Amino acid sequence: MKVAETSPGFAFEKAPEAEGWNRPPVIEPDGEGELLEVSMGPHHPSTHGVFRMDVALDGERVIRLKPVFGYLHRNHEQIAETTSYLSMMPYTDRLDYFCSLSNNWAYALAVEKLVGQAVPERAEYIRVILAELTRVQNHASAIGFLIQEMGASGTPLMYAFKEREKILDLFESLTGSRMMCNYMRFGGCRVDTSAAWLEATRKVVAGLPHFIDEYEALLSENEILMARCQGVGVLKPELAVNAGITGPMLRASGVNYDIRRVDHYGIYDRFKFRVPLGEHGDIYDRYMVRVLEMRESIKILEQALKEIPSGPVMDAKAKIRGFRPKPGEAYGRIEAPKGELGFYLISDGGNGPYRFRVRPPSLINLTVLEDMCLGHNVADVVLIFGSVDIVLGEVDR
Amino acid sequence: MLGEGILKGLAETAKNFAGSFVSKERMTTVEYPEERLPLPEASRNFPFLVYDGTDWEAGLRCVACQICEKECPPKCIYIDKSKDKKPDHVGKMQIYPTKFDIDISICMSCQICVEVCPFEAIKMDSEYELATDDRFGGLLLDRHQLAKPNEYYHKIHPTEAAEVDARLAEEKVKADAKAKAAAAAPKPAAVPAAKPAIVASSVASPKEGEAG
Amino acid sequence: MKTVEQIKAAIEAAVPGAGVTIVTNPSPSAQHSLLLNPSQAIAVANFLREDEELALDFLSNVTGVDYLDKEVAEKVKVTKQVAKTVDGVEQTIEETVEETRKHLEPGHLEAVYHLFSMRKKHGPVVLRMRTVNRTDKVELPSFTPIWRSAEFQEREIFDLYGIVFAGHPDLRRLLMWPEFKDHPMRKDYVEPDDFEYEPTAHDSVMARAKSHEAAGEQASLSSAEAAR
Repeated sequence: MKVAETSPGFAFEKAPEAEGWNRPPVIEPDGEGELLEVSMGPHHPSTHGVFRMDVALDGERVIRLKPVFGYLHRNHEQIAETTSYLSMMPYTDRLDYFCSLSNNWAYALAVEKLVGQAVPERAEYIRVILAELTRVQNHASAIGFLIQEMGASGTPLMYAFKEREKILDLFESLTGSRMMCNYMRFGGCRVDTSAAWLEATRKVVAGLPHFIDEYEALLSENEILMARCQGVGVLKPELAVNAGITGPMLRASGVNYDIRRVDHYGIYDRFKFRVPLGEHGDIYDRYMVRVLEMRESIKILEQALKEIPSGPVMDAKAKIRGFRPKPGEAYGRIEAPKGELGFYLISDGGNGPYRFRVRPPSLINLTVLEDMCLGHNVADVVLIFGSVDIVLGEVDR
Repeated sequence: MLGEGILKGLAETAKNFAGSFVSKERMTTVEYPEERLPLPEASRNFPFLVYDGTDWEAGLRCVACQICEKECPPKCIYIDKSKDKKPDHVGKMQIYPTKFDIDISICMSCQICVEVCPFEAIKMDSEYELATDDRFGGLLLDRHQLAKPNEYYHKIHPTEAAEVDARLAEEKVKADAKAKAAAAAPKPAAVPAAKPAIVASSVASPKEGEAG
Repeated sequence: MKTVEQIKAAIEAAVPGAGVTIVTNPSPSAQHSLLLNPSQAIAVANFLREDEELALDFLSNVTGVDYLDKEVAEKVKVTKQVAKTVDGVEQTIEETVEETRKHLEPGHLEAVYHLFSMRKKHGPVVLRMRTVNRTDKVELPSFTPIWRSAEFQEREIFDLYGIVFAGHPDLRRLLMWPEFKDHPMRKDYVEPDDFEYEPTAHDSVMARAKSHEAAGEQASLSSAEAAR
């Protein structure tokens, strides 16, 4: 292979030699001409933040692609080791800043496992309601961004944001903040919901099916969308499982694995909902799985809003000040909108964790980015990347 | 037919475009500086210090226990504790902060300081137009700038403030009863009478050692 | 799902000389882990993935942990021959004395793997591997050839902790830049002394700022202090 003598990028570093692993296929350039190295990012409009892909191109075809991380790295995990358990809660908002409430829940769940803390019934319902609202707004905007990267600048994204705004208003009136909610605590939730808030939520949830119908009428049958998405960026289920892909991306490949179903964390075993699965594992399936998941989330929301009991939102034994778990460790995980979000905590008996690890779904879902992009046009890279649905705050931590 | 899906989508946008002229539902934006949306009551932005009475310096509820300073996740609070005691607005002798700075360029509005404060002294403000041309000095608020009367707290978070007032009144009744009992008791040496009443009350007793 | 003891037995039946020990977890989560012998780890991992009953096909999470050298104080009962004068006669008698002995427990780096099964929908099974020390013998076998999901996570651990994963196909720094020298998540990592003006400097930051001020590096600091 002839390589252009430009600045040495990662894309041209030695190809993985080891055999027998699930490595990306090696694609040989077919043309006579030189290979071109393109550094996509870090300030590329499609990269949702600061993220770089070193792409080797043969004409328009992607021959190799290496993601480069770390532009937003702030050593989140080390901050945790120098602070207390409670003080870490607001930092988790900033991991995946689209879904702060899911992050709060995952962290609270891990700590509750570590100390064996019970959560009152009402708090569990509030958590489910908030997590599902988060899922709806995340999927709506993820689709909006995906279509935006396809060239439909604005319209679908603004439709999604219109709906997201209503949900964020609910978050603000409950938690005080639109995005950095910092709402869940070990053993419950910070404040109780008012009857008026629940009524407002019911109203918003009642309007969601109409929004999704409208969104689907706008997009699902659009010929341009189908032409760009179908058969592009295919991910095989075997590879998806082996590479630890989770969330809508895994289910779009046809693997039935939803942690809400598998772990029954919280009170998810009480709700009736289906897990949508894709068939082809291409971008269109990922889009469709997200749309269907929103519809299932609405079902869960309706059930939770109907059944929510009265009672306390904080366990009586929960401690705010002077919280020191006994030595031990725990791994807690939830089905966040982007995939499996896990927190692994090791306590040495101090007031802060000895080791705090985030299992970031966004980072691990990018493992197969190269596999999905190889052989496609460079314009499709943007689209495939968009269909993974990542947030850089979580990738780089 | 090819293009049917596109036409369907265009019909949807046309419906919304035309609808925005007649229906308030479809008109989702407001022109910001002229038109403002009301803030929800729970809305929070940066912390402020509550004082009772009319004199901000005497009425500060803060007794410089420094729990918020220790628990603050980004460490944006800076407190200097006084060596002496001064009477607060009801005339009780209290330790007070000689310096209480919050750097709102670092503050991340997480409300942890409010949650850990045992004296209901620090609360969240909802003011959001804080732009200044002085990046360092202008965003570093001292205790005078942070001090706001309890009436202001009632104005921005009425429900929460009413709850806090009720709680404080309850604690005061308890503390008074305890003080009375201590005065009536045959052995006054068993009760530390010099201790501020609010610290002696069992509900709000701060466990400073554990909070660190 | 099998208990940790059963999994240990199954591993030892399938991989002779696997050398697996159970690390108990005293917390209420009761997620006990299996400490693997690095030399046999690949065989064990292959077994765990391929075994019909366990079918741990999904490696969810890989964590690096750093344990510093620590001094352990133990109370030991020692029997000694002591010369003593009993009833005016000098005798040698045996006496049991409690003694505090200190010894240095060498630190190590650890990689923790959380495995689940997507087929059987169970988990987690927690595996651990330890390096010999923290300085030169920091090699562990890589699980990337078995579970691809370890690819970025092992790179991250290599970057932040300095564990070298032998057999990793593409072991580069993940989050820090390639020229970076140290491993920032290690417990004894010292931040580089790059001073920046911070308006609410206190404690250690303040001390550092003052030392720089003494060196006359940042004249603006004093004026900023005065402004406060």
